[in-house]
Amino acid sequence: MRRIYLDNNATTPVLPEVLEAMRPYFGESFGNASSIHHHGQETRAAVERARDSVASLLGCRPAEIVFTSGGTEGDNLAIAGLAGAGDHIITSSVEHHAVLHACKHLEETGCEVTFLPVDGRGLVDPEDVRRALRPNTKLISIMMANNETGVLQPVDEIGKIAAEADVYFHTDAVQAASKVPIDVKRIGCDALSISGHKMHAPQGVGALYVRRGTHLRPLFYGGRHERSRRAGTENVPGIVGLGKATELVMQGFERGDDKKISGMRDRLERGILAQVDEAGVNGEGAPRVPNTAGIYFDHIEGEAMVISLDLKGLAVSTGAACSSGAIEPSHVLTAMGLRADRARASIRFSLGKQNTAEEIDFALALVPETVARLREISPVYRKTAISI
Amino acid sequence: MSGGVDSSTVAAMLRAEGHNVIGLTMQLWNQRRLAGHEGMPEQVTGRCCSLDDVYDARRVAEHIGIPYYVVNHEERFERDVVRPFVAEYLSGRTPIPCSLCNNHLKFDQLLVVAQQIGAESVATGHYARVEYDDACGRWLLKRPADRSKDQTYFLFGLTQEQLNRTLFPLGGMTKPEVREQAREHGLALAEKPDSQEICFVPGGDYKRFIDAYLAESGEALPDTAGELVTASGEVIGAHSGIHNFTVGQRKGLGVATGSPLYVIQINGADKQVVVGGDEHLYSRTLRVRRINLISVDDLREPMRVSVKIRHRHEAAAAVLEKVGGDEILVTFDEPQRAITPGQAAVFYDNDIVVGGGWIA
Repeated sequence: MRRIYLDNNATTPVLPEVLEAMRPYFGESFGNASSIHHHGQETRAAVERARDSVASLLGCRPAEIVFTSGGTEGDNLAIAGLAGAGDHIITSSVEHHAVLHACKHLEETGCEVTFLPVDGRGLVDPEDVRRALRPNTKLISIMMANNETGVLQPVDEIGKIAAEADVYFHTDAVQAASKVPIDVKRIGCDALSISGHKMHAPQGVGALYVRRGTHLRPLFYGGRHERSRRAGTENVPGIVGLGKATELVMQGFERGDDKKISGMRDRLERGILAQVDEAGVNGEGAPRVPNTAGIYFDHIEGEAMVISLDLKGLAVSTGAACSSGAIEPSHVLTAMGLRADRARASIRFSLGKQNTAEEIDFALALVPETVARLREISPVYRKTAISI
Repeated sequence: MSGGVDSSTVAAMLRAEGHNVIGLTMQLWNQRRLAGHEGMPEQVTGRCCSLDDVYDARRVAEHIGIPYYVVNHEERFERDVVRPFVAEYLSGRTPIPCSLCNNHLKFDQLLVVAQQIGAESVATGHYARVEYDDACGRWLLKRPADRSKDQTYFLFGLTQEQLNRTLFPLGGMTKPEVREQAREHGLALAEKPDSQEICFVPGGDYKRFIDAYLAESGEALPDTAGELVTASGEVIGAHSGIHNFTVGQRKGLGVATGSPLYVIQINGADKQVVVGGDEHLYSRTLRVRRINLISVDDLREPMRVSVKIRHRHEAAAAVLEKVGGDEILVTFDEPQRAITPGQAAVFYDNDIVVGGGWIA
C-alpha cells in the first residue's frame, strides 16, 4: 500500500544526507571522543563540528551547547537544573509533558509552580507572566511552538520580562527548531531545548543551549563530559546526524523551504475546510509554524479518523500518544477552551521536507470522504444500539 | 484483543482463513490509577488493560501481520461498568461487571468503532456460538462445545443487531484445542494462564477496591452499617456495612451460634443483613427485570426453560411467566440455593439462550 506520512511533529524520517554523514561513526570511526589517541581525536573533531553547526543555528557560542538524548532530557535538565526547593516556576498549561511533568515533579518536591492559562488561540499573555512573578520566582519555562497546534508563543516579549525581573527563562523549542529561525539573543533566553528527530536527525539525540555563566545542576553524575553539564560518553553518530541535519535546516531557510512547506500546509488546510463544513483550525488567528495544521471535525471521533486514515495509508495523529498507544484527550486543546468532544474530534496534520504536492492531493481527496463516512454512520448506528 | 490466548488465537485463525483482520484492544481502565492506595497492590501486572497485556496483543498482531490499534474507552467503562458496580454493592446487591462490559463496551462501543473503521463484524475470543435460524428469522446465541468455558451467561444482553455483526470463532473448540491452535500459529503466549478475576479489581478484593475508588474520587464511603437480624426479625448483632456481604456468605458474620449461619437476604433500604440456617437460603421463585430476549421476540405464554442464576450454577428447570411490562417471574421445579439480587438470570432451551435479565 502507498503510505503517506503527515505526522512530522511526532518524528521525521532521517534524510539520506544525514544517514550518509552518520555512517562512518557506526563503523570505522568508532572512537570515544574523550580518548587521547587518534580514534578519540577523530570523533572529538566530529562532535565539535556538530556543536558549531548547532550553535550557528541557534545564534550562540559552541560552548553554550550541551548535547542530550533529546527534547525530554533537555527540558528536564533545564528545569531541574535551574530551579529547586523553595523556588517558584512559571510555565503554561499547554507545554509538552516533558515540561509539565518535570514541573509537577518539582512541585511535589518543594517548588511552587504557576501554570498559566492560554487564550482561545492557544497564546500565553505576556502580561500574565509579569503578573505571576513573585519574589522567589527563579524560572520561566514557556514553549516556543506547540506540538499540537503549531502556535508560536510570544517568547521575545516573555524574554524581556524575564530579563527585567532577573529570572531564568527556558524555552522548549523542540517543535520550532527547523521550522522557524531561532536566535537565542533575540529571545533573551537562558536555556533552549531542541530535539534531533523532529528535524530529520535520528531519535535519541538533542541539544540544550545554556547561556554562558548560567549555573546548571546536572541530572547525571559521572565524567566531565559536556563541561560537566551532562555526564556520559557522547552519542557520536547521533550528534553527527544532528549536526548535519542542522546544516540542512540552515540551507533550507536560505532556499525558502519553510515557505514551500507553509504553501502546502495552507493548501491542505484551505482545501479541507472548503470541502468539509463544521470544521475549523485550532489556533486560528495566532502565529503558527509553517508545517502544522490542527483541524477539528465536529461529530467525529478523532481516534476512529486516525485509524480509518491509517488503514488507507495516510498517517496523521490526534491528541498526544501515551505509552500504550491509546489516545487520551489533549490537555493542550482542553486548555484552549475546546469542548471535550471537539478536542477529541481534532486531527493534527504535520508536514516535513520530504512531503510532495502530490501527497497533499492524496490527503485532500481522502480526508473529506473519510469525515463524511464517519459522520454518516455514527449517529445511525447509535440509534439502533440498545443499552441494557 | 486482550493479550490473552483466546482473542489472540481468534485473530491468528481468521487471518489464516484469509480474512482482512484489524486488531483492536480496548483500553478500559488505568490499572495504575488506584495502585498504592490503601490496601491496593503497588504493582499490577498480567491483567486486562495492563501495559503488559497491550504489549502481548501488539506482539501477536505484528507476528501474524495485521494492523493493530488501541482504542481508549476508559470514560465509558467508568460510567457504565465501574460506577454501577460500586453502586450495586452499596445498595446491597451483588453485581456482574462482565455483563455490563459486554452490553455497554464490547458489543456496543466496539461495534461502533468497527463500523467507523469499515469492518463488517467483530470477532472475540468468547466461548459461545452465534447462528442464524431461518425458521424463526432470528440470530441465536448458543452454548459452546466446551461447556467448562461457557460464557453465554455473560452475553445474554446481546441484541439481534449485535449478534448479526458478531463472530465467536472459538464456539466449536475446547480450550486445549485453542491452545493447540495458538501453538500451531507460533504464538508466544500459547501457555499464558487464563485470567479469572474481575479485570479492574486487583486480587479480587472488591471491598478494598470500593474504598480506594471512592477515596480517589473524593467521595465519602456511605455509612451502610446496620443490624444483623434473623429471618423472624430478631436483632442478634451489628454489621460493618451491607456492601461487605453477599447472599449465601457464611464467613465474617461476627456472631457465634451453635449451627452455621448464612446471609439469606440483604435489605438495602433498612441496611439490614438477614441471617439464617442453610434451609432459609432456598427459594423457588425469583423476579427478573431489564430483560433481553434472544431466541423469541416476546413471551406471550408461560415457557418451560432451564435457568442459570450465577455463572457457576447448573441451569435448573423452571417456568417463565411474564408479569407486567418488563418483569418475568421464574418458578423453579426445585428450590434453588442463594438467589442473589444483582446477578443475572439467564434462560436456556437446551443449548439455546432464550434470553435473560437482572434478578430483582
